[in-house]
Amino acid sequence: MKTFRIGGVHPQENKLTAGQPIRQAALPKQAVFSLFQHIGAPAVPVVKRGDEVKVGTLLAEAGGFVSAPVHSSVSGKVSKIDAVIDASGTRRQAIFVDVEGDEWEPEIDRTPDLVTLDRHPELDAKTIVEKIKKAGIVGMGGATFPCHVKLSPPPGSKAECVIINGVECEPYLTADHSLMLEHAEEILVGVSLIMKAVGVSRGYIGIETNKPDAIALLTEKAQMYKDIEIVPLKMKYPQGGEKQLVDAIIGRQVPAPPAIPISVGAVVQNVGTAFAIYQAVMKNKPLIERVITVTGKSLTKPGNLLARLGTPFSQLIEECGGLPEDTGKIIGGGPMMGKALLSLDVPMTKGSSGLLLMNNKEAKRTAPQPCIRCAKCVSACPMGLEPYLLATLSSMAEWEKVERLDVTSCIECGSCHFTCPSHRPLLDNIRLGKTTVMGIIRSRAQKK
Amino acid sequence: MNVILIAVIVLAAIGLVASAVLYLVSKRFAVREDPRIAQVAALLPQANCGGCGYPGCQGFATACVKAADKGSLEGYLCPVGGGEVMTKVADALGMTVEQTAPRLAVVRCNGTCENRPRLAEYDGRRSCHIVQMTGMGETGCPWGCLGCGDCVAACQFGALRMNEETGLPEVDESLCTACGACQKACPRGIIELRLAGPKGRRMVVLCNNKDKGAVANKVCKASCIGCGKCVKVCDKFEAITLDKNLAYIDASKCRLCRKCEQECPRHVIHAFNLPPLKNKETNLIKI
Amino acid sequence: MNRLTISLSPHVHGGDSVARNMYGVCIALVPALVASLVFFGLGAAIVLVTSVVSCVFFEWAITKFLLKRDARSVLDGSALLTGLLLGFNLPSNLPVWIIIIGALVAIGIGKMTFGGLGQNPFNPALVGRVFLLISFPVQMTSWPIPGENLTAYLDATTGATPLALIAQGNLDALPKMSDLLLGSTGGSLGEVSAICLIVGCLFMIWRKIITWHIPVSILATVFVLSGLLWLTNPQTYVNPVTSLLTGGLMLGACFMATDYVTSPMTHKGQVIYGICIGLLTVVIRCWGAYPEGMSFAILIMNAFTPLINTYCKPKRFGEVPQGKEAKK
Repeated sequence: MKTFRIGGVHPQENKLTAGQPIRQAALPKQAVFSLFQHIGAPAVPVVKRGDEVKVGTLLAEAGGFVSAPVHSSVSGKVSKIDAVIDASGTRRQAIFVDVEGDEWEPEIDRTPDLVTLDRHPELDAKTIVEKIKKAGIVGMGGATFPCHVKLSPPPGSKAECVIINGVECEPYLTADHSLMLEHAEEILVGVSLIMKAVGVSRGYIGIETNKPDAIALLTEKAQMYKDIEIVPLKMKYPQGGEKQLVDAIIGRQVPAPPAIPISVGAVVQNVGTAFAIYQAVMKNKPLIERVITVTGKSLTKPGNLLARLGTPFSQLIEECGGLPEDTGKIIGGGPMMGKALLSLDVPMTKGSSGLLLMNNKEAKRTAPQPCIRCAKCVSACPMGLEPYLLATLSSMAEWEKVERLDVTSCIECGSCHFTCPSHRPLLDNIRLGKTTVMGIIRSRAQKK
Repeated sequence: MNVILIAVIVLAAIGLVASAVLYLVSKRFAVREDPRIAQVAALLPQANCGGCGYPGCQGFATACVKAADKGSLEGYLCPVGGGEVMTKVADALGMTVEQTAPRLAVVRCNGTCENRPRLAEYDGRRSCHIVQMTGMGETGCPWGCLGCGDCVAACQFGALRMNEETGLPEVDESLCTACGACQKACPRGIIELRLAGPKGRRMVVLCNNKDKGAVANKVCKASCIGCGKCVKVCDKFEAITLDKNLAYIDASKCRLCRKCEQECPRHVIHAFNLPPLKNKETNLIKI
Repeated sequence: MNRLTISLSPHVHGGDSVARNMYGVCIALVPALVASLVFFGLGAAIVLVTSVVSCVFFEWAITKFLLKRDARSVLDGSALLTGLLLGFNLPSNLPVWIIIIGALVAIGIGKMTFGGLGQNPFNPALVGRVFLLISFPVQMTSWPIPGENLTAYLDATTGATPLALIAQGNLDALPKMSDLLLGSTGGSLGEVSAICLIVGCLFMIWRKIITWHIPVSILATVFVLSGLLWLTNPQTYVNPVTSLLTGGLMLGACFMATDYVTSPMTHKGQVIYGICIGLLTVVIRCWGAYPEGMSFAILIMNAFTPLINTYCKPKRFGEVPQGKEAKK
């Protein structure tokens, strides 16, 4: 059984919603579209207050090459363009739309019929990438990197294979799992579209063995696609990390930053992205909704919800049984890499893969003890770093040393903190070191 | 007797050889240093605070000597010693230097626990830079003080102290040397080195919130809402400007008339080292 | 609703704790503890109880009164472990007052002077033991004969340890291999039963408290080196299996050298550390003044641990060996 070679931990899965069918979430009263739903330049609004919009209407266009447009997921009237606290916890510009009815743009194909690539032989790589770009698709695993950028390899590098991430190694989250169960065929078409877009004839879908039903279903359906291989992977966190997945599936390690997976010939996309690409290319549907796992041990009706982007988290919680009394922490994303939120008045974005509620007991960290130098963090680090040292040096502000110890390679997966017997906040400090060193590197580059 | 003699001879021989080695090594590996560096370093406060931007006083002295060789000491300032020390340094190096007005650190936030309620509790290492990475921090204000005391830790002179009651750092003006370490330590740029003013008297806008008035009002009772009343009332001196919903008082233009303080509906403008206003009657505006 | 908590990710923890690891090692020591009680009876019980109680007491007292910290940290099990290991390294007829001095040196000088848990450069139990060995050489090298008169304490009849016999060149008088394995030979009370120590070591590896690197590299090095010496001259040097089973080697390799705080962080570093300990042990045993060199070997390598940590870095993800890169 394949897996990545260095480090890794085994968090308790807690997949409370595994195998649950996808539920359609209700339309919100007001949808809020952040202009920062992706990495890169913010989107630029093309609508103004009072404009009537439909589902799929362009609200804001890409603000650069590394950027993505934003479409309305509801029909109604633009009420204002103002700042809102988004899932990243910062206040950012957003477009507010008051919902009236549910009218869709006419060119969107809303039928459930499967459209395969054979029916559209005219689609070439350029058209596919252009359609993806227009649909505003970003990495749906949580990184939200604009998809078309990844599908346009920089000059000098050549893609050899496409790797699809169906790992979902984060505890609690099951959005990708249920998507694979319900839309296996669409995902496979999406994968072949990605392969065509980057011009490769080899595709892999990596799935961890805790999803045997998804592996079985996709293997069965993939028999029609002889160039797509389903790869069952041994369970280990953070297998869903881009670099770890490439290592696990094709056994090549991406060198230290600034290298990216394409440097070793791999293009990595999430299954959610593959599904969105299918919808964008074959159904003309921009990225306006996604599956999100709303979960938590105290939640009465946790589930996988297909919700329109811009829906406030508070409404999703209401649909899952209401906010429990003992909520101590609200996390946007999974428990290993998600972000703690200050309130539920946060709109869903393209990268929202999960919404997790923790009760008071789970929410608190245990008080840290002195480091006993057990080296468990060193063994757990999937990037082969020395977390104990990076954390200590960062807290002492020894930036040069931290930089020399490759802090910029850190993927912030949290394995070190997770495994530390002394409960030391290792990643807090390492993140501080990483951010500072990145700043130093940037300013150095500017000086040159 | 013989034993003693041998011991003395052996010891003497070892001593001779060792001293010869020491002598040779000290000659061979001697480090030649410009004598002026030591001279300049002796004039510096030896606080090694790094406020000048160099690694300690020795580093600054070396830099000064190099600069003097190039012909100018411009831009070199020991923030601790101020103009006084720089004049001495310039004298020692045979140069002249301009006087600079004394400055003081000011914490431009008045988001006390009372004014700005805590919405959440931060759990983790208490460092402002780390809390800053969570987004908002414990309060809803993305501009105000995070209250973890990175500035207090950065201050070499004990001039900053965390006030437990307000949750904000306080500057002890008698100890502050305006070295700027706290300014660099603050991830939100709240601390500003401001002109100390005559007898330390100065007017400061104690807020850093650049959000629109309604938003700023919601998160903190003591926030600047950018209403612009102070700008209007200061038409005579034009010391106050409004940028991104935040008023700013230019200390070099301010004449301490205190009209702005009287006018401000949010009591954001604070007068330092001035008696409290007799007529505290202010007109609160509703938002 | 109550006030929310915010923190940076990760928001879950694996549930491992310092106490779990420390008590895990203590559990791993239980078989050897039982063996020591079987072979040395009352003496072993008195030595162990004294050692554990005084170590825990000194840790508590120093934390509370000298360092003025929260003394509940004594419950993390590290002082208990130090006490057990110190007791294991002493002969079963050692007077109580000497043990207390040993505990004070181990905890006070070996650990707390450096700032307590996690800060000490040397293994505290070994610091205590070596201090006693040098200060009280007579008491520390009179070994009660196992299995004889289990109710005796200070008046236990003593005899030579296998290592002393080897040092004297009296190879014929060595006990049988099975006795060495089970532990009915003279020696410090915890080190005699090799089989119990191996069981404990396997338990720790199974519970992921330690990795195999340090014990295996030490034992392998000792085996190979003493094997080579034995091949050159079987009359003076003892066969390699006997070297593995005698003295404090097994206890040292499984429990003392694997101490978290004082051993290197990377697997590569741990192997280097283990090989050097094995090397030093054989050298001291064969040519040194003491019949046993394990404690000294570990302490010497403890001193080198920071150096090993500086030079042995884990293999970074995506790092290409320089030779391979040139080939490309």
